[in-house]
Amino acid sequence: MDYSIFRVIKEALNNHKGWGPAWRNPTPKPHYDIVIVGGGGHGLATAFYLASRYGVRNIAVLEKGWLGGGNVGRNTTIVRSNYMLPGNEPFYELSMKLWEGLEQELNYNAMVSQRGVLNLCHSDAQRDAFRRRGNAMLLQGADAELLDAEDVRKLYPYLNFDDARFPILGGLLQRRGGTVRHDAVAWGYARAADQLGVDIIQNCEVLDFRIENGQVSGLETSRGFIGANKVGTAVAGSSSRLLSKAGIRLPIESHVLQAFVSEGLKPVIPGVITFGAGHFYLSQSDKGGLVFGGDIDGYNTYAQRGNMPVVEDVCEGAMGLMPMLGRARMLRGWGGIMDMSMDGSPFIDRTDIKGLFFNGGWCYGGFKATPASGLCFAHLLATGTSHEVAAQMRLDRFARGAMIDEKGQGAQPNLH
Amino acid sequence: MLINHPLLGPRDAQEFVYKGDASLLRRPDSNAEDALERFTDYAYLRDNPAGEHRELWYHEQGDRSWLVVTRNTLTHEVLDVQLASEVGR
Ligand SMILES: Cc1cc2nc3c(=O)[nH]c(=O)nc-3n(C[C@H](O)[C@H](O)[C@H](O)COP(=O)(O)OP(=O)(O)OC[C@H]3O[C@@H](n4cnc5c(N)ncnc54)[C@H](O)[C@@H]3O)c2cc1C
Repeated sequence: MDYSIFRVIKEALNNHKGWGPAWRNPTPKPHYDIVIVGGGGHGLATAFYLASRYGVRNIAVLEKGWLGGGNVGRNTTIVRSNYMLPGNEPFYELSMKLWEGLEQELNYNAMVSQRGVLNLCHSDAQRDAFRRRGNAMLLQGADAELLDAEDVRKLYPYLNFDDARFPILGGLLQRRGGTVRHDAVAWGYARAADQLGVDIIQNCEVLDFRIENGQVSGLETSRGFIGANKVGTAVAGSSSRLLSKAGIRLPIESHVLQAFVSEGLKPVIPGVITFGAGHFYLSQSDKGGLVFGGDIDGYNTYAQRGNMPVVEDVCEGAMGLMPMLGRARMLRGWGGIMDMSMDGSPFIDRTDIKGLFFNGGWCYGGFKATPASGLCFAHLLATGTSHEVAAQMRLDRFARGAMIDEKGQGAQPNLH
Repeated sequence: MLINHPLLGPRDAQEFVYKGDASLLRRPDSNAEDALERFTDYAYLRDNPAGEHRELWYHEQGDRSWLVVTRNTLTHEVLDVQLASEVGR
């Protein structure tokens, strides 16, 4: 069933009785060509592109909970392609281009809103670094503008420009960046994949891999054995936990990132503002809530909740940047478990086990990557070779000294 | 989270800096045949378990000691705390 304005009118006249479920609820078949583990954004996007662009139709996505229950429904919805390094930027720019056409491609309203992402700078050195990053973005075909303090003032007159510690000197603006309704991304990909014949199986936890002679032949799940020629895992924060069942150790630590929402307010913040120096960023949802967050808590955890010090740190950042936020009430907060990698960059790669492929290490920035990650993982699963924009996202890059370390922090996940 | 410092008693985790898996205390032998491979594993690969985890915390805003904390990563419960200088011995 196609979604359109005509359909909405028709259903309105029919008391909305004709809307069916957006996807089927199939029982698992005994065997698939490709099984994707993890029904988050990346797993669902992978299945969609496998079916739509690579012609593989005998696919299942296995999800231990419900669609949208993982990070795809917990993130702060920001999309951007403002990376610097050649191993990253072409990938994120491809993702941005896919976002731009996504709703037409999926026939689903994901509320893609290119409202602009502004990174603030507070020192000459930081401005120089932004200029360098902006130039790197332009070289890869992305858009970037360096703003001075006056330009920023026109956009956001109420910021605390003359703070003694972090005066606002300007910022790096990517106008094509913005926000996308996160759970609609999961639902949109799920519905479109389902229409192409992909079996999306919820409440199906993968417990173990069946591996024979170094080749994966299927998965032991909470709903029994499911055979597969190839398996692709995209389980975000659970990566180490799952891959340890196949005897694989990963360059990943699992950490929690918290996010918060205020009560609904009249429109006040048109775009996305990041105050990296103060560990704070925010935007305003279309419902009016201010959506904001800051740093990760910084210790290994699988509990989907954080601790008070970060709540305090984020609120201090808010007050430092925008004192008027002190009048808004915080409504709720939550946490999601992220796969923090050793250089802050992700992996889309094969493993040493034949037929077993890995997608992970997305840190706190994997939502924006969803479309390109799905496309590149589908490419790898279907063709056996890396997509050109993901060619450097390999697991062996540490052994080769070919890290993709945007911040130059070294092998310390909580600093990325 | 409260970390029960062996010398100072319970301290807020906020006073500490987190370093990671306590296996970092066991540097590989740099003279071993496969030293390169071992150091690559040591520096970059982690068990990252769900459950009990032995990890290094540095009391930066306190007495500057390194602690080995055993903590449950599913519940945040701190199960054991020792001075790294004693564990390392
Ligand atoms: C608070 C917060 C804010 C964030 N903000 C942003 C942002 O503004 N911009 C941005 O780009 N990124 C952001 N991120 C990061 C982004 O959300 C993640 O990197 C991304 O969603 C991860 O990919 P995913 O959607 O596939 O993960 P998930 O949705 O977590 O999908 C993984 C799925 O695998 C399932 N699974 C796990 N183990 C198994 C198993 N054994 N068997 C079957 N299924 C299993 C899980 O249930 C889960 O549904 C944020 C993250 C958090 C937590």
